[in-house]
Parts: sequence; structure tokens; C-alpha cells
Amino acid sequence: MLFEKFDPLKGEMLQILDHKGIIINDKLEPKIAKEKLLKMYKTMVLGRVADEKALQFQRQGRMLTYAPNIGQEAAQVGPMAAAKDEDWLVLAFREFNAMLYKGVTLEQAFLYWYGNELGSKYDDNVKVLPINVPIGSQINHAAGLAYASKLQKKDEVAIVFIGDGGTSHGEFHEGVNFAATYDLPMIVIIQNNQYAISTPRHKVIKSKTLAQKAIAYDIFGIQVDGNDPLAMFVAVEEARKRAIKGDGPTIIEAVTYRIGPHTTSDNPKLYREDKEVEEWSKKDPIFRFKRYLIDKKYWTEKADEQLYEEHKQTVLETFKKVEETGEVPLEDIFKYTYEKMTSNLKEQMAYYQEFLDKKGENNGK
Amino acid sequence: MANKTILQAINEALDQAMEKDESIVVYGEDVGYEGGVFRTTAGLQKKYGEGRVFDTPIAEAAIVGSAVGMAINGLKPVVEMQFSGFSLPAYNQIVTHVARFRNRSRGKYHLPMVIRMPYGGGVKALEHHSESLETLYAHIPGLKLVIPSTPYDAKGLLIAAINDPDPVIFMEPKRIYRAFKQEVPDELYEVPLGKARIAKKGEDITIIAWGALVREVEKAMELVPNINAEIIDLRTISPIDQETIINSVKKTGRVLIVHEAVKSFGPAAEIISIINEKAFVYLEAAPRRLTGFDITVPLPKGENHFIIEPKQIAYEVKNIMAFKA
Repeated sequence: MLFEKFDPLKGEMLQILDHKGIIINDKLEPKIAKEKLLKMYKTMVLGRVADEKALQFQRQGRMLTYAPNIGQEAAQVGPMAAAKDEDWLVLAFREFNAMLYKGVTLEQAFLYWYGNELGSKYDDNVKVLPINVPIGSQINHAAGLAYASKLQKKDEVAIVFIGDGGTSHGEFHEGVNFAATYDLPMIVIIQNNQYAISTPRHKVIKSKTLAQKAIAYDIFGIQVDGNDPLAMFVAVEEARKRAIKGDGPTIIEAVTYRIGPHTTSDNPKLYREDKEVEEWSKKDPIFRFKRYLIDKKYWTEKADEQLYEEHKQTVLETFKKVEETGEVPLEDIFKYTYEKMTSNLKEQMAYYQEFLDKKGENNGK
Repeated sequence: MANKTILQAINEALDQAMEKDESIVVYGEDVGYEGGVFRTTAGLQKKYGEGRVFDTPIAEAAIVGSAVGMAINGLKPVVEMQFSGFSLPAYNQIVTHVARFRNRSRGKYHLPMVIRMPYGGGVKALEHHSESLETLYAHIPGLKLVIPSTPYDAKGLLIAAINDPDPVIFMEPKRIYRAFKQEVPDELYEVPLGKARIAKKGEDITIIAWGALVREVEKAMELVPNINAEIIDLRTISPIDQETIINSVKKTGRVLIVHEAVKSFGPAAEIISIINEKAFVYLEAAPRRLTGFDITVPLPKGENHFIIEPKQIAYEVKNIMAFKA
């Protein structure tokens, strides 16, 4: 069994594709169809291009704050490639690539960060929960989804993302304990990107690895090279098989690095050395995945150039469409509070509409 | 039709709702095998199995947070907070998620779920077992807050809460769980949410209360038989039934609001504001409130100072009636 071979207490980490893109563990190399490998790669590149553009849009004052994903593409796309359409994706907030792979449109993803709740109204068949800002609380949502899957005998799992910082939260413990207690089909992906905003993971977490937290719940936990899309795929595929069988949840620690700032309001130069960023940049997930695909003759440099060009166009056009959406209509901010608007809300909305209609002029009446 | 206590009415509501709708699950601390510390869920696990009725870890955030996931994935969870004073570890889930999923997802997801919690004082309990935290929940957009005061309403309101497409906080006045019986229909029925009940018609003064205090108001009025009060049992704290309140105040011109929740920023403050906004010119006396003091609910040896008695209500009513502008 895969997970038994990688003891989180001994610092054993699953890696299949090294940072140069060479297979170093050919026994574990997954047999993924060419089409799927390319979908994974293209999603990662789209995520990367979207990220870089989003940072520019934000600097130009065209977008709200934004949480970049640069460097973490594999940790997000690998798991989603191993997931099935019927599986649930439960987000923290730095999973742009996972969202795109699972069927959230680029337009929706941008619309959210542009400041419109409609961006979280994903298409009907897309089983993704909206971005979850309160740290750690999403674990319990995933546990509940998984409980319902199990009780209703649906063959589906809940895949939930959390950051290294989130594992300190009480709700992380509550959720994993809940899922472990009832053997629920849940997979926790910890994107350990080394920082909780400015605080380095080692300053606030004593555990040698985050995967070892699984031991307390008597479930498997595994450290995976989070910049290796194949290793992430393999780990999630195995965890999924176990979950569906009724063997309960798994914790997968994706060891990765946030190349960009926490959000566009953050300046990482204040708390980390350029040298550290340079070192991690050498482990870039897209670089190594591209090498792998070229070596397999699935991809070419020329196709790559073209892909970046296409994605740039897509991103620019999509964002233009998002900018055209403008302000949210007044009714929308009221009408989703309850299924039916209460008389109280109707009254408040009517009051404000009247104020708008009169342009603030009431002649003292 | 048989005579039942509030406790029996709640148990029957859960039982019959679960029988009719397989998607309902009931869980919380000691809710399964034992049937809850008050026995409101007694017999349910035996009848519906450990999958649908179960004991959880002592982890309120997990209880409520998992209910969010279950409600999204096809179930209707009815979860229990053992006491309202222990709902606070789940408050983050309730405020930041339960109340917001419909709005956050622009209607893609909504949460048909109920969070039950016994509330209120008067049972000589330890710290954190006597709170009246209506304001904490009524203040949050996206939640509904329902409190029954009779066995008939307890059953009908709980069934309505379970059938409601939005999340409902259902506070149960534990002091009167077993205090009295009332005829309760054997079949399933709903008492609509958002509608107050006029417990007694009257002309002289409007008295608004809910939960265990409705009975205290009724007892109080026996002490002043010459005053003909209209007693409103609010039943749903949020969304509040403004119409019933305003219509009554227009008729009586005098108002007393009685609640056990502490005074400052409490529900009575909101109700008086509504009255000022909508019935100001009908008032014949300043609206008043008789509430818990702005203190921590005392332990049993001091609790009787805090608990509102019928005599105190009658005293307050006489004061308001004596007021002449």
C-alpha cells in the first residue's frame, strides 16, 4: 500500500517527477492518457497566465485584492485530475487552478475577485463550494458532504483544500476527527506553501510535517512533492480508492511554495529573502511538467509558445467581459438572503429605491 | 389528539418528520443512544438507525459545519446544541456560513437545516446553562429564529422549521419542557414561521413575550384582573411579525415587552424601535421593557433575583397603565 511506504515522521516524501522533469520513480509513474495529461498542463498554464494578468489588473486598479497561485499549480491540478466529476471540491481561497480544472469558468473565477457574488454561482453540474474565507472552517463542510455521500450510498468523495496555516485552526481538528470517526470519504489536501501570510510555518507549528497530524486520528497522512503533478495525482488517486471503499479520510500534505505575495495587498520582501524565492523557482511545477510532456513527445516548444499566446488572449477577452458586468443591481443584494424576501427586506429595499428615485430631494416632506 | 408536554411534542415532531422524509438526520452530543440530555430525541436512534440519528464528538463547530455540507448534499440535518450557552464554538459556522451560503452562491446552494438548542434560565443550573441569546442569532441576516411557548406550537413550528428551505435556529424553553400539557394533534402539521400568535385578545395594553415568559405573563394578568391586556406570543423572533405588533399597539396605545435576555441591545429594543417607526402617534405611554439585567446569569443561589416573576410583570403593567401624558 502506497501510503505505508512514506512515513511522515521520517520525512519520507512521495516524488515521481524531479524538478528537472525526469521520472525518478518509474514504478509509481501513473498511466494517464495523453489527452488528460495535456488538459492538466493546459489548465496549469492558463492558471499561471491568469494569475500574472490578475496581478497587473489589480495594480491598474481594475480588480480587487487577489490571491495569486504562482508555483502551486501542480498541487491543485494533480488532485483534480485524479478526481471524478461526481466528487466535491471544497475550497479555501488559493485554488484557482483546481477550480478551473473542476469546471468553474475563468469568467466566474474572475468575477468573484472582481467583487461580484455571481462569480460563486457556478454552473449547475459543477460540484464546487464557493471560496471560503474564514480559515479552516471548510473542513467541516467537506466532512458533512462526505457524511451525506456515505449515508446515501453515493460513490463520491469530498476533496477539501486548506493551507499550512489553516491546520492550526481548531476546526481542522474537529473536521478531520469527525471524518475519521465515521470513516468518511474525504481527502484533505494541505497546500503547505511555507507561509501563513508573513509567518513561516516553522514558527507557528511544532510538528515536523503536517502529514503527521493524521497519526492522531488513526488515518493515513502523506507528504507529497506538491510541485510534482504526477505525485499529487497518484496520492489522490490512492486516497480516493480507499475513501470509496469505506477506509476513511486521508491527509495529503503538498509541499510547495507561494512564489507570489499572499494577496495583492501583501509585500513578501518584508519577510523573506529573494534567495529563498529563487531556490523554489527552480522547482517550478510547470517547467518540469513541460519537460515531461516533451520527452513523451506529447508536446513541443512551438505548441507551448502558441498555448501561452492563446491563453493571454483568452484572459484579456474574459476579463474585458467581466469588467462590462458593472455594478450589481440593487435587488440582488437583498434577494438571496432568504428564499423569499421578508417584508422587512422589501421595506428596506423600497426605502432605498425611493431615495435613489428622488435623487435625495424630498423638500423636507 | 392527546395531551402532551413540549418535550413530547418536540420528540413527536422529529419522529414523524423523520418517518415521512428519509433525508432528515438528527445528531449532536448524546443525541443518539441516550436520546439527549433532556430526552428530546429519545427512541429515534432505535427506530431510524445510527446512520440517521447519531452521537457526535463534543465539537459544536463540527456539528454545525458538517450540517452545512449535509444540507448541500441532499440531507436535511436537524442538529442539537446541548445548551444554547454551548452554541458559541459553533457561532463562527453559524454566522459566517450557515447564514450566508444562499447569498454567497447567489442561490446555487441553500441550507435546509435546523439548529435546536434549549435556552433560558430558571432550572437551577451551572454556569453557561441558562443563557437567553436571542440577540446573537436574531441579529444575523440569513437566519430565522423561532421559539415556541406551548406544546402545540412546539410541534407545528419545529415541523415548519424542518420544511423551511432556509436555516432555522430553534430555541427551546427548557424551563417548561415538562411544565404543562396541552392537546396536540397526532398528525403532522405546520405552524407558519414569521407569524406571532395572539395568546389573548385585549384592549388596554399590548404585552409581547415568547418562550417560557408567555406563561409568566398570563399568570401576571391573573393578578390584575381589571386590566384587559392583549398578549402576543411572538413565536418567531426573526423575521419578526411587525404587522401583528403594530396592529395591536394601534389599538391599545400601551406596550410592555418581557424577555429574559439581557436588556441592552436586546430584542425589546428592536421591537420598541419598530413601534416608534410605525405606530408613534398611537402611543399613549412610553413603551417599556422588562428584561434580564445586564449581568451574567447568576448561579442558582442568586438566580431568583434575575428571573422575571409574574408579580414583577404585574407591577410593570400597572406602572404603564397609570401613565398619563
